[in-house]
Amino acid sequence: MHNPIIELKNITKAFGQHIALQELNLAVNNGEFLTILGPSGCGKTTLLRLMGGFEQPDSGHIFIDGYDITNLPPEERLVNTVFQSYALFPHMTIFNNVAFGLKCNGIDKNEIKERVEETLKIVSLEKYSERKPNELSGGQKQRVAIARAIVNRPRVLLLDEPLSALDYKLRKKMQIELKQLQRRLGLTFIFITHDQEEALSMSDRVVIMNDGKILQSGTPRDIYEEPNSLFAAEFIGEANVFDAIVTESTKQNTTLKVQNKTITFPEPKQFKAGEKVHLIVRPEDLRVWTEKEVKNTDDMLPGQVEQVIYKGSTVDLIVRLIDGPLISATEFFDEDDEDLFYENGEKVWIHWLPGWEVILPYEG
Amino acid sequence: MRASQRFKFISLSITWAWFGIFVLAPIVLIGITSILTQNEISIVSTPLTIQSFYDTLTGGYAPIFLYSLLIAATTTLLCLLIGYPFAFIITRASNRFRPLMLMLLMIPFWVSSLIRAYAMVIMLKAQGLINIALIYLGIIYKPLHLLYTDFAVMSGLLYNLLPFMVLPLYANLAKLDHTLIEAAQDLGATRWQTFKGVILPHSIPGIISGVILVFLPAMTLFYIPEFLGGAKTLLIGNLIQHEFLVIGNWPKGAAASVILMLITLLLLIPYWKSQPKPTRAKS
Repeated sequence: MHNPIIELKNITKAFGQHIALQELNLAVNNGEFLTILGPSGCGKTTLLRLMGGFEQPDSGHIFIDGYDITNLPPEERLVNTVFQSYALFPHMTIFNNVAFGLKCNGIDKNEIKERVEETLKIVSLEKYSERKPNELSGGQKQRVAIARAIVNRPRVLLLDEPLSALDYKLRKKMQIELKQLQRRLGLTFIFITHDQEEALSMSDRVVIMNDGKILQSGTPRDIYEEPNSLFAAEFIGEANVFDAIVTESTKQNTTLKVQNKTITFPEPKQFKAGEKVHLIVRPEDLRVWTEKEVKNTDDMLPGQVEQVIYKGSTVDLIVRLIDGPLISATEFFDEDDEDLFYENGEKVWIHWLPGWEVILPYEG
Repeated sequence: MRASQRFKFISLSITWAWFGIFVLAPIVLIGITSILTQNEISIVSTPLTIQSFYDTLTGGYAPIFLYSLLIAATTTLLCLLIGYPFAFIITRASNRFRPLMLMLLMIPFWVSSLIRAYAMVIMLKAQGLINIALIYLGIIYKPLHLLYTDFAVMSGLLYNLLPFMVLPLYANLAKLDHTLIEAAQDLGATRWQTFKGVILPHSIPGIISGVILVFLPAMTLFYIPEFLGGAKTLLIGNLIQHEFLVIGNWPKGAAASVILMLITLLLLIPYWKSQPKPTRAKS
């Protein structure tokens, strides 16, 4: 591990009776694109405001480059924030908006001009420098907000749901732009979002928060493929959750009783025999076979198609398992399975490759 | 359609009638009076003349105009210096205290300002509350001369006009997005830089509204200089009242009024210029 650029130790913050953050620890590496992902009210914005200096923790410390900055006001911290509402100064031109931080820090006039023009070029807004914020589109305002922050060369850039006000297409475009910008500048980004797709596609590392605590931290792939809690599994992507009971668990394999079938899965985690567990399978990992297509149904679960949703590149099936829950399965059109025709009410068999599931301890 | 047309016609007619009877007609009457000649029997009569304007501008009244402007300007400045932080504090107060603070600001206005001017006399006179308190506390030994000074006049004007400064400023500052202040801090601005760079430019329209609402009455509230300034302090308002009711020279009083109105219009020009022009906003 490298030395963390920003580090939070045992941070607790409460607003009255409501505990926003509880004994939270987080270390962010230099140059990392870290996303903090969680539902609204999970404490992620509070976390960002603590780093920016807009809130003070009730206990705990914040370090930047090893220096304790817990008690420094925002204007003395080497971090800058891109606000959700952009917070551009409406009476100033784009140039003056971007120059504001440099002026406040007493930078020489010629250097200000040079750096502002250079930064506006980075976000391709050099032609707009004399406009006012209300003469720009949403995406352009967004880029001004980023330019206004990065022109100060902060150690860390904090982004508070910066894309949430943009429409879907523009959001996609800005995601790519942001990621490219972050690589080009080599700057540490701490990005807050409740959009899991955004988190997965942009980040080097994703931190999942809920109820003021960090549940899991890892690469997007780890988070998606190996969720460590039911919350993480259900919050990111879609997940089918089965209740199951362990019949046998060895160092390599775990055998579960699920939906009246006994199936063995390769699973390094060990469980006690008789323990209740959650068995989690992503919809795209499920295979759905019609009765004619299969002979050996030992490892398969029986069900009935309730709904077929055509989505262009995929077909989504809602299947009611016999004596069991509703599950969803995503089938792709490909050479192996050109025939994706299912009828409502059709009896089917559900199957997945052993090892593609996640088994988690039962969470009540 | 026809019903709504009729409603539109009636409501607009009422509005225009109101303006015509209570705004336009008096102004026209004053304008006409100012170019008539004084007459002892019928108050005014022909021939038409601009003698009254000539008399007003040359007859020793120019210093009174200037003095009024000075008093009004000083009062306005004091109102702004006191009212700005006042308004800012109200906007930052919690939801529980904000209505209370606004209420406290308004309550004195439930009492006639004439009565409040008398109350000021009781406070300021030689045997008044302020002098008694200061002597009792041992700060002074003989009463200060407070009443019938410029200080008394300006205190009275300030007391009467402060809410007219605070309310437009409050309305303006309440609309200031707090994230802008945070954004300024985030970019390294000190408190002063945040004020100068973000808060002050945002509040310019509020300042202009407040200045107009304070400055114009400050020149014309004739009874406050009369009660608190004694016979010594004579402002335009007193002058006009004096010409009409004491001397009985209506054309001259009307001429002074017209001149005051022209000064007022000149002062309104920067306000009109400051009004936001419609801008094209792209989506």
